[in-house]
Amino acid sequence: MKITVCIKQVPGTSEVEVDEKTGVLKRDGIDSKMNPYDLFALESAIRIKQQFATEVTAITMGPPQAEEIIREAYMMGADDGVILSDRRFAGSDVLATAYTLSQGIARDGIPDLIICGKQTTDGDTAQVGPEIAEFLNIPHVADVRKIIDLTSEHIKVEMDMPQTVEVVEVKLPALITVAKDINEPRLPSFKLKLASAGRPVKRLSLDDFSDQDEMNYGLNGSPTQVIKIFPPPANDDHEIWEGSTTELAGRLFEQLSEKKFLQR
Amino acid sequence: MAKIIINHDKVKDPQKIVELCPFGAIDYINGYLSINSACKMCRLCLKKDTDGVFKYVESQRPQVDKSLWNGIAVYVDHLEGDIYPVTFELIGKAEELAAKTGQPVYCLMMGHNIADSAAELMHYGVDEVFIYDYKELEHFRIEPYTAVFEDFIKQVKPSSILVGGTTIGRSLAPRIAARFRTGLTADCTVLDIQPDTNLDQIRPAFGGNIMAHINTPDHRPQFATVRYKIFNAPEKKGTSSGNLRRCTIDAAKLKSNIKVLEINAKELETGIEDAEVIIVAGRGVKKAEDMEMIMELAKLLNAQVAGTRSLIETGWLDPKRQIGLSGRTVKPQLIITCGVSGAIQFVAGMNGSEHIVAINTDKQAPIFQNAHVGIVGDIYEIIPALIKNIKSGMEVKS
Repeated sequence: MKITVCIKQVPGTSEVEVDEKTGVLKRDGIDSKMNPYDLFALESAIRIKQQFATEVTAITMGPPQAEEIIREAYMMGADDGVILSDRRFAGSDVLATAYTLSQGIARDGIPDLIICGKQTTDGDTAQVGPEIAEFLNIPHVADVRKIIDLTSEHIKVEMDMPQTVEVVEVKLPALITVAKDINEPRLPSFKLKLASAGRPVKRLSLDDFSDQDEMNYGLNGSPTQVIKIFPPPANDDHEIWEGSTTELAGRLFEQLSEKKFLQR
Repeated sequence: MAKIIINHDKVKDPQKIVELCPFGAIDYINGYLSINSACKMCRLCLKKDTDGVFKYVESQRPQVDKSLWNGIAVYVDHLEGDIYPVTFELIGKAEELAAKTGQPVYCLMMGHNIADSAAELMHYGVDEVFIYDYKELEHFRIEPYTAVFEDFIKQVKPSSILVGGTTIGRSLAPRIAARFRTGLTADCTVLDIQPDTNLDQIRPAFGGNIMAHINTPDHRPQFATVRYKIFNAPEKKGTSSGNLRRCTIDAAKLKSNIKVLEINAKELETGIEDAEVIIVAGRGVKKAEDMEMIMELAKLLNAQVAGTRSLIETGWLDPKRQIGLSGRTVKPQLIITCGVSGAIQFVAGMNGSEHIVAINTDKQAPIFQNAHVGIVGDIYEIIPALIKNIKSGMEVKS
């Protein structure tokens, strides 16, 4: 069985500030790490590998430095790693990112199973997984909270819905996005670090894809455009309320009801 | 192809040029400046550089005839016909946007035996409700749901489509947006519309520290997802209006490689991390019995109860409910701290909360620095009065 896990390198902190004058990101240094949600995806794949003969490939799109997280995936037990790196991928939105990843994933044939983390901590959209599935024309199940069973034909999973948990059986090939806490991701192993030290990381660019039309990638292939970024409305409105109990309780009641906390 | 070009003749100090990029995307190798794949096309280098070293070359954008796409559609999210509140909130927003541009408002509902629930939508002022009622759509399965959505879009050609940021919405919207090779902006907190029907979408990025204003200028339809409790639902009208249109689709398109085997009720979450509303008890709570009023308030607000470290140490609450560096980190939509002074270790575990209300007798308490609303008063007076207000408010409603 072949499993591909999509991973992403994200900023190590969410403490990002905007320069008020220029409206651009202030980022000192490039401290980055693997998207924490992806650890659950990798762990899911490696647990499957412990039961079946499975080849786990970790794939990422990003700058050459993203090799660090592929190495980390090796240390967790991934067999193979691919970086999709090309200046022409710059400025990709969700659609272009998903399309690029789908091109990279399908290059050697669609794997039996693709596993993604539920979302990333920088983009926070939870959209890339479902879009990859669409581009590969395979079914997907989002928000998987348990993998119950896997055969060469099907995967049986628990899907987390707001009020229910649905047990669904999906024919392979398929894509799943896994919820946080589906498992406890292992720590990178020193033994695997040594064992994988010389293992190459495959680097692919646009020239390696079956679709080489530049208009489908990067900024050109991105239907959404960021018009501007700006700091959120200042949150320094520290109101202090003083007065009689009736007055204060009444005001709080009104605010809670205005903000819809009393709806049900 | 849109790209950034380096004008090598104008480079004075290559090292300074390299430093312009916060993403490390400018290389200076063997005396030659180049842009590598870390480039995010943020164009910060163009803004920062004063010597004209960089040039942005715009490529031709795809053309779309916007006049062919008309109307704002809302995807109706429901569980067995029980329509989620976010749907009505989206209808309210859609009507507001439609009024600005003179567009109709549509609803798309799919499922099985949903005609009665769909009729309810007619009380909210929408122009047309499209329903697809098939046994195959009884449970959410991605392929038939996407096929129906595609059928609706091809038939109706709405300019904008709003989808609730629910489990289904977050799975379905990207799938259908990808099918139409169009843009989708997730979790918008502000939506507005331009006269040319471009949707102005604003969403938090990077964990909420930054807001991004996003357009989908050259593609239709434009997709946006919005979470629950962001917009306001319109009042339900006594009379119904608009059309209800039953749609048909080729049964072959409803095939799926997914089988729903079981649907089980979920054991209710009792943790504080996922709670939308939290009431926190602090040292201001003097006796174990007094926790009852905290519990009662929590029940009325559908909230979880949490405590500070010192309260947890009294043993009146489960240690899993401790907020702070030595406990859990929470980020609810509403947090009301009752008799909490606001030590740094506590604040670190909750200052990401959307709306912070603090009740404390001491006006100098540090918690007031972090609260959006600081109420100077005694919890033993204010909480009972608030409980009374909420209860009588509920009676008025029912």
